[in-house]
Amino acid sequence: MSRQSVRDMNRSHKIYLDYAATTPVDPRVIDAMLPYFGQVFGNPSSVHRLGQQSEAALETARETVAQLLNCQPNEIVFTSCGTESDNLALRGVALAARRDRGAQHILISPVEHHAVSNTAAQLAELHGFEVEMLPVDANGMVHPNEVAGRLRPNTAVVSVIYANNEIGTINPLAEIGEICAEHGVPFHTDAVQAAAYLEVDGEKQHVNLMSIGAHKFYGPKGVGALFIRQGTAILPIQTGGGQEFGLRAGTHNIPYIVGLAEAFRLAQQERVTRIERLQPLRDHLIGQVLEEIPHSRLTGHPTLRLPNHASFVFAGIDGNALLMMLDVEGFACSSGSACKTGDPEPSEVLTALGLSRAWALGSLRITLGEGTTADHVEELLRVLPRLVANLRKIH
Amino acid sequence: MVNRNSLNSTTGNELPARVVVAMSGGVDSSVAAALLVSQGYEVIGMMLRLWSEPGGESSNRCCTPDAMALARRVAARLDIPFYAIDAQEIFNQTVVQFFLNGYAQGITPNPCLVCNRQIRWDFLLKRALALGAQFLATGHYVRLHRDGNGKLQILRALDQSKDQSYILHVLGQEQLAHALFPLGEFTKPQVRQLAREFDLPMAERSESQDLCFLGNGDTRGFLERNIPQVKNPGPILNRKGEILGEHKGLAFYTIGQRKGLGITAPLPLYVLEKDLLQNSLIIGTQEELGWNELLAAGVNWISGEPPAGPFRAQVKIRYKSLEAPAIVTPLDQGQVYVKFDYPLRDITPGQAAVFYAGEFCLGGGIIKNNQPQ
Repeated sequence: MSRQSVRDMNRSHKIYLDYAATTPVDPRVIDAMLPYFGQVFGNPSSVHRLGQQSEAALETARETVAQLLNCQPNEIVFTSCGTESDNLALRGVALAARRDRGAQHILISPVEHHAVSNTAAQLAELHGFEVEMLPVDANGMVHPNEVAGRLRPNTAVVSVIYANNEIGTINPLAEIGEICAEHGVPFHTDAVQAAAYLEVDGEKQHVNLMSIGAHKFYGPKGVGALFIRQGTAILPIQTGGGQEFGLRAGTHNIPYIVGLAEAFRLAQQERVTRIERLQPLRDHLIGQVLEEIPHSRLTGHPTLRLPNHASFVFAGIDGNALLMMLDVEGFACSSGSACKTGDPEPSEVLTALGLSRAWALGSLRITLGEGTTADHVEELLRVLPRLVANLRKIH
Repeated sequence: MVNRNSLNSTTGNELPARVVVAMSGGVDSSVAAALLVSQGYEVIGMMLRLWSEPGGESSNRCCTPDAMALARRVAARLDIPFYAIDAQEIFNQTVVQFFLNGYAQGITPNPCLVCNRQIRWDFLLKRALALGAQFLATGHYVRLHRDGNGKLQILRALDQSKDQSYILHVLGQEQLAHALFPLGEFTKPQVRQLAREFDLPMAERSESQDLCFLGNGDTRGFLERNIPQVKNPGPILNRKGEILGEHKGLAFYTIGQRKGLGITAPLPLYVLEKDLLQNSLIIGTQEELGWNELLAAGVNWISGEPPAGPFRAQVKIRYKSLEAPAIVTPLDQGQVYVKFDYPLRDITPGQAAVFYAGEFCLGGGIIKNNQPQ
């Protein structure tokens, strides 16, 4: 995206390094969306011309997303966000599998986003599903052979995150997907973080379902999509009109759907250039932090990680206090125990890596993006070691 | 008064002084923050996440989700950053344990004193300074003054009915050097009016006086749950040693208390004393009530040095009591002996005795005994 708009944002003394939390909307995306608020405002379900124009925009967006995911347009369902996509995938598939074949086993990883883990927990609580956790290694990665040994005839769905939001680790989707396919078990992946930087191909990666959300790749908040491979048994979780093949009732949010498609198109089209610019900055950042800050560790995989993603733990500090100090210094970052209410608990993801509480509480996530410059990284590196040292002095 | 505006240079080339304001979502701290913003400081709002009893999560009155949401709205209205800081563990270890230990020993502790000394003016101050702030501000009603020798002094608030110097007598020069109390010159009605003028969302809300970690003000239930041994019934005696009834545990009574004794008598009866050794509660008539001396320990002198010898002062023995004239005699080991001009009804071990010379708060200590041996 044009770097100008993000630079404007940074001028108010803020250096934004929290692109995994959300991204600003690319002006090209805004331009694509604008006609669909006031001019082409029809309901795509309407018979008249205005409705037809909206329907055309909707189906063009669907076609775009389908091409990018290497699937058919009728395999794309638009939703309100990545979380809703995860909910529809997990709940819809689990309940269909229960109805069709009495399934009662759900297999997920301990490094799932809450959209998946809390949905699975509710399926267990309300519907009696047994939720089993896959083991992960110290980098937070799921190993395919661990999946193979745990599949059962009554497994309803397997869900493994493509790339984790907190630690950036990329999971071997294709291998896991292949194993699930061999056993005929539906495989879902949350690709909400991954879609901004990684190849997303429903076919190659052997997934039945894949969730994405627009605001992680310079699209608007409030819109997502779910790829559902043809033939995957699934029930709607939001009932009403017959929109989205009867799987997601509710009047289509055309400007946002158009925005998602345009942002996704740009993200995939510019993927390689974006990565080539950001990854060296990110690698420099990781190297310098580990070298200059004692008792620091990288969390997640050293190489098989999102190219814009750096995450650390610093022993013996309060990650929330560090975020606060960084904010006062003008840097917007995030943490694995980020909590605005001042009640820090180490995240499940960091705990799953086997980190002790003393390490896990001191986490920091720095995620780069289109507005990030080499200067931003240098400025952060000038400040961060001092802040960590100051925090360690307080205790 | 201390002119801190000179430090707050918005006219020169220096950056404005950075100040952290402890926000609770209440009127006082919100108006304090608004005043500092209007005076040109670089203001950062902070809220302490304090301990609340397990099961009563988020019930600590100072930091309920509601209070926090309110404080965030105020911060947004003032366009200042706002952060919540976790202080649950240290609050529990210091303030709550102090409160429980005090009751377990039969005294009536004042946890707000410990909170101000160890949480607000140590834990939070350290964090504010680490953030590059020069000052920590609170919504307390007190005034600061710098005397001819450069020493900082605490003065009572102009609004005597809201004066909080009793609670802040625990501070010393080191803390006061970083302290701002923007409300000291205002009355409560003026502060409410300011809240309206600043268009702050809580201008009309009422405030609770209960201890923040007692969700519903139920001290008794809290004590029973956390220190079962306080349920220790024993005899209620008069001065002659006659048994008049049975008490439920000394912790549940306080000196001067009249209600809730469960005894019918022709004259009203009051708690005179707690005999911890015999586990008996001594009660008597109004004429028998009252002591004219006390011993206080762990005394803090705001100036940093104890006075050379005995001096006349006004002494306050509870947050809400009137001050009484007395002679205060500094003793060894941070103790003082206080001889009042006339007896007081409710000298209560565990509460603070705070000394005043006119408007100036000189310091104070914890009442050990109302009948020094």
